[in-house]
Amino acid sequence: MSLDIQMTMTDRPRERLAKSGDSRMALWAAYALVAIGSLAMVAPFYFMFVFATHTRAEIFNVPPPLFFGGSLRENVAMLSERISFWHSLGWSLYVALASTALTLLFCSMAGYAFGRFEFKGKKWLFALVMGTMLMPSFMNMIPTFLAMDALGWIDQPRALYLPGAASAFGIFLMRQFVASSIPTELIDAARMDGCGEMSIYFRIVLPLLRPALGTLGLITFIASWNNFIAPLVVMRSPEMYTLPLALRSLQSPIDTQWGALMAGSAIATIPLLVLFVLSSRQLISGLTTGAVK
Amino acid sequence: MTLNPVKWRLPPAWTPYVLLSPFIILFLAFGLFPLLFSFYLSFHSWEPSAGMDAMQYVGFGNFIFSLQDEWFWKSLKNTFWLAAASGIPQHLIAIPLACFIHAGIKRGRNLAVGVYFMPYITSTVAIAIMFTALFSTNFGLINQALKELANLPLIGNLLPAEPIDWTNNSDTIKPAIAIVVFWRYVGFNIVLYLAALQTIPADLYEAARMDGAGRLQQFRYITLPSLRPIMYFGVTLSVIGGLQLFEEPFILTAGNGGSDQAGMTAAIYLYRMAFDFNDFGAASAMSWLLFAVVAALTWLTHRVFHVRNSPT
Repeated sequence: MSLDIQMTMTDRPRERLAKSGDSRMALWAAYALVAIGSLAMVAPFYFMFVFATHTRAEIFNVPPPLFFGGSLRENVAMLSERISFWHSLGWSLYVALASTALTLLFCSMAGYAFGRFEFKGKKWLFALVMGTMLMPSFMNMIPTFLAMDALGWIDQPRALYLPGAASAFGIFLMRQFVASSIPTELIDAARMDGCGEMSIYFRIVLPLLRPALGTLGLITFIASWNNFIAPLVVMRSPEMYTLPLALRSLQSPIDTQWGALMAGSAIATIPLLVLFVLSSRQLISGLTTGAVK
Repeated sequence: MTLNPVKWRLPPAWTPYVLLSPFIILFLAFGLFPLLFSFYLSFHSWEPSAGMDAMQYVGFGNFIFSLQDEWFWKSLKNTFWLAAASGIPQHLIAIPLACFIHAGIKRGRNLAVGVYFMPYITSTVAIAIMFTALFSTNFGLINQALKELANLPLIGNLLPAEPIDWTNNSDTIKPAIAIVVFWRYVGFNIVLYLAALQTIPADLYEAARMDGAGRLQQFRYITLPSLRPIMYFGVTLSVIGGLQLFEEPFILTAGNGGSDQAGMTAAIYLYRMAFDFNDFGAASAMSWLLFAVVAALTWLTHRVFHVRNSPT
């Protein structure tokens, strides 16, 4: 089918000359559409920050405030009064850092094993890693709770950072990087010189993995910071809530303190926006890795 | 010390297993074992608070219960609706937008891509909370904007005169959730398509131009067929993601699925079955039923986008 279409196209008169004006219009239209879309992307963030600086009464005004107000301090005070906001912030940070450190260690180890070793059961184990990536998140909800309940880890931060620390995504990312940029000769040479296997990993492989570790570290930190389902299932006491759980607990059917809630959401979002601005390219390519070969 | 630390070395043959041991241990402890237990549990009736002894074998009882449960079917229907209503527009918008950015936008390109991608990395909970505010009946900006539009001639008549109670009305909660999900993931898809567009050889377009093909024809006969593999990947991700929807509807419906369960997805229902209604057996059975659905749909997407591989 594609063939005869091309044949008919060659018969058509060429329209090169008429094109330049057309092109410019198209270009403007493209810019306009992309710009309108960008506004729709930014607007909710903008209003989150605006509302964070207004009291509930001001937000309820018709029309609602469109510019920054002066009640940020009041909202933040309300946050720490209603929920243990700073505790939650601390737990979120702690869990995210622990999760990042462990994930970097475990995933780089596994990625190095898959990328540079031949061993019995390799194919099978790698299929297993990829298989866990396909597992829908809801499948883990009940099993995770039961496992943590059995271990007595309910309300323990380690229940959040340990189970996912050898993530399939991280292992895959590391394996790709090891396979493409850790020279086999270097490792063989180190072995010849009598370097032990674990010190090869710690002293040669790990430093060479630095760019990939940076990407995986960012992604892991963000994922942990945003994680909602796992803490929802595992963290049962309000004083152990991570930030997303704490914010959700502020929602109420009758008297949600919108100003405070928006301030909390904004505070939870700022670190992510900062990380994103500093490393958007690395993050975007890391998160879409494997999609395009 | 029995081993001399200088002489003893990890045998190279063991090394990969030592390197993989954290993965293997974590997988067994937190992946495989709980999963097998949930499979076992799906044939039992059990409340965790009653202890292990209270477990009773019920055969397929939990599965039969789920399949006869009106709410289960309702939540499944909601999930499909939401997956389609948020997933399909993502691709319909992302493909042309990626093409515009690829073909037309040189200055500010990284900025534009970054702006579209931003929602993907921010907290779902913060996003859902902020949209709850935007959707709010009386002070929500979305209703305010609709009110302004309603004053315009022509389009004004198409719009409702009364403010819409987006999150509390069973007719509007689903569109509200779909909008949030669409907003969050459209940028991710744009990045996928942009990356794929960059791999299409420029001389293909050159040849087509020589043959007199216009922009639309180039799009139809070069761009779309070249994007097919990435469409497969992107649509699969959307299908799998859509069927797992949990956080956005959970926050927008205050954790209970909304009035008339209109915003209750299958994942929310199975969460409630376990943690609100304390029926872990039925919840496990539901999770396996849902897993079968996801697997079947993934396979179906695979068929649709891979087997029909003649480039139209």
